[in-house]
Amino acid sequence: MTQYIIRRLLQAIPLLFIISLILFILMRNTGDPLATMGGRRLTRPEDRERLARQFGLDKPIYVQYLYWLIGNDWTKIDMDGDGIPETPGTRKGVLRGEFGTSLVIRGKPVSTLIWERLPNTLLLMITTEVVIIIFSIIIGVYSALRQYSVIDHLVTTVSFVGYSMPIFFIALASMYLFAVNFKKWGLPYLPTVGMFDPQIGKTPAQVALHMVLPVFSMALISIAGYSRFVRATMLEVMNEDYIRTARAKGLPNFTILFIHALKNASLPLVTIIGLDIPMLLGGAIVTERIFAWPGMGRLFLDHVSRADTPVVMGILMLISVAVIVFQLITDIVYAWLDPRIRYT
Amino acid sequence: MATLLEVRDLTTRFHTLDGVVHAVNGISYTLEEGQTLGIVGESGCGKSASVLSVMRLIPEPPGKIAAGQVIYRGQDLLKLNESQMQHIRGKEIAMVFQDPMTSLNPVLTIGRQISEALIVHMGMTQKQAYQRTLELLNMVGIPQADSRYGDYPHQFSGGMRQRVMIAMALACMPSILIADEPTTALDVTIQAQIIDLVKTLRDRLGMAVIWITHDLGIIAGLAEKVIVMYAGFIVERGDVDDIYDDPRHPYTLALLKSLPRVDRSSKERLATIPGLPPDLLSLPPGCPFAPRCAYVIERCRQENPRLEIVDSHHEIACWVDVGTGRER
Repeated sequence: MTQYIIRRLLQAIPLLFIISLILFILMRNTGDPLATMGGRRLTRPEDRERLARQFGLDKPIYVQYLYWLIGNDWTKIDMDGDGIPETPGTRKGVLRGEFGTSLVIRGKPVSTLIWERLPNTLLLMITTEVVIIIFSIIIGVYSALRQYSVIDHLVTTVSFVGYSMPIFFIALASMYLFAVNFKKWGLPYLPTVGMFDPQIGKTPAQVALHMVLPVFSMALISIAGYSRFVRATMLEVMNEDYIRTARAKGLPNFTILFIHALKNASLPLVTIIGLDIPMLLGGAIVTERIFAWPGMGRLFLDHVSRADTPVVMGILMLISVAVIVFQLITDIVYAWLDPRIRYT
Repeated sequence: MATLLEVRDLTTRFHTLDGVVHAVNGISYTLEEGQTLGIVGESGCGKSASVLSVMRLIPEPPGKIAAGQVIYRGQDLLKLNESQMQHIRGKEIAMVFQDPMTSLNPVLTIGRQISEALIVHMGMTQKQAYQRTLELLNMVGIPQADSRYGDYPHQFSGGMRQRVMIAMALACMPSILIADEPTTALDVTIQAQIIDLVKTLRDRLGMAVIWITHDLGIIAGLAEKVIVMYAGFIVERGDVDDIYDDPRHPYTLALLKSLPRVDRSSKERLATIPGLPPDLLSLPPGCPFAPRCAYVIERCRQENPRLEIVDSHHEIACWVDVGTGRER
């Protein structure tokens, strides 16, 4: 097992190199970070050249990638544009743990930007994921047990409606109902934007209250999909011979369902959760935008639209590493759930 | 001997999309304490459905126990609610299934799977259940029980898994053990071991056994009473010796003829029963065996014979006397 983990981690190294190279090339070819830098004024050509030299954007793309990867403090760069490199570089590069500084918010380290937003996103996303898992298991198991009952049909219908609905529609509709109309009807209503009410401050209660609508919107769609999934795998497992054995032993239904059946049915579920979790780090771009949640999704959107390569690369590499790590964790959980699985 | 289990007019149907499958059609039998009853018949003749109905393990829907009574120690099991039934299953009546490869939960240790019944039914603590499980594993002949307690089913061979299944079934000392073709999936030498094991344990624990098989050869040395089933009906019932020495139903006769025997020349072709068992979706009006029967007479196609006593303890459902080939 340890050998397997080490091998998988070693395999991840070339993979991350390839991912970073492709992403870097894509980023550098999809926008000009200097275009919007002058603010409202048009940037003068000489300013553009100066900025390009400062950021190293005048270099060929492979050099830019190299600087991003290993830094440029081992060489000198030409700052004044006379063709002779004279200023020693200061960047350390990703391999030495420095993701560079933002081009848009000048001089602000990427790591600081990410660390400011990551906890907010994690709070929102982990809560959402927990809600999704709990509710989809309950709903999925119930509709598997009462297959073709009225409630099963109802859940199926609602699932399809929920699954087909775009997130922004659910988000706006829930805002309209629970915030706008509830207020109008004189009912207790929910806040729509931000993490807390600035007048009250960032108390846990405030943050929780502000999380209700975004969590609800995101969970609704995923619960629709996941619960169908749980239902399908549970139906399959409930027809297995060992479930009949468990019933023949006279075990109570709860034990049969949640120990004998669910442990078997959870294997495919673990796969999709393992794929989902790293994506949570990126935040939900649309949801965070609508609910003005200061998370990674908004950070990503703000910076990708201005071609801020270091920040975007930082976020994407974080997600890439998370994907690889969670795939490995998924494999380990697999072996723990199903003793027949052994890695060598 | 006291009657332990009495099945009366048990009728089980499956309501499928294609129509109603008449799996069990009004069968009755009794089982006495310590007695071994063999139920034989081809695949799909309602053997398993009949015992699963007794255990109330028929999946509902599509299955439905349409009529009948199952009297166990004076109470009708078909009238119990689900939680009362849970106290019968595993504790009073236990079951061993056909395929030990799929009947054990692959993700739970065998120790856990055996001990959980003890904890639920006997109110044992984890520790007591652990001790008892080790005893059970020893009893069914699994060596090094304490080191195998934490093993998973895939670490056992087919025969060993069936021993685990038996240990699991016997955990709470049931009065009745239902064995639903427990040796079909095993190779012949292992079959013999499992049959011997069940025999030994039956005699030691004094339980009654219902043994289902399509193999008449197994029943001979095991059961006292035999029921022959065809298309969800009991076609012949009697003491084991009567069935083997003096079979009266053409179906039983044909089954016995199709058994390979060591005392016959191996050059002879083994007899087969022509045709297939009837489609249980639409049973013919007469005797269900009539289309395949060598002794068929006109009446067989019109009326389905009822089970009648022909000798002491020997009943058949047939219009024909196989000795003369004429109507009885």
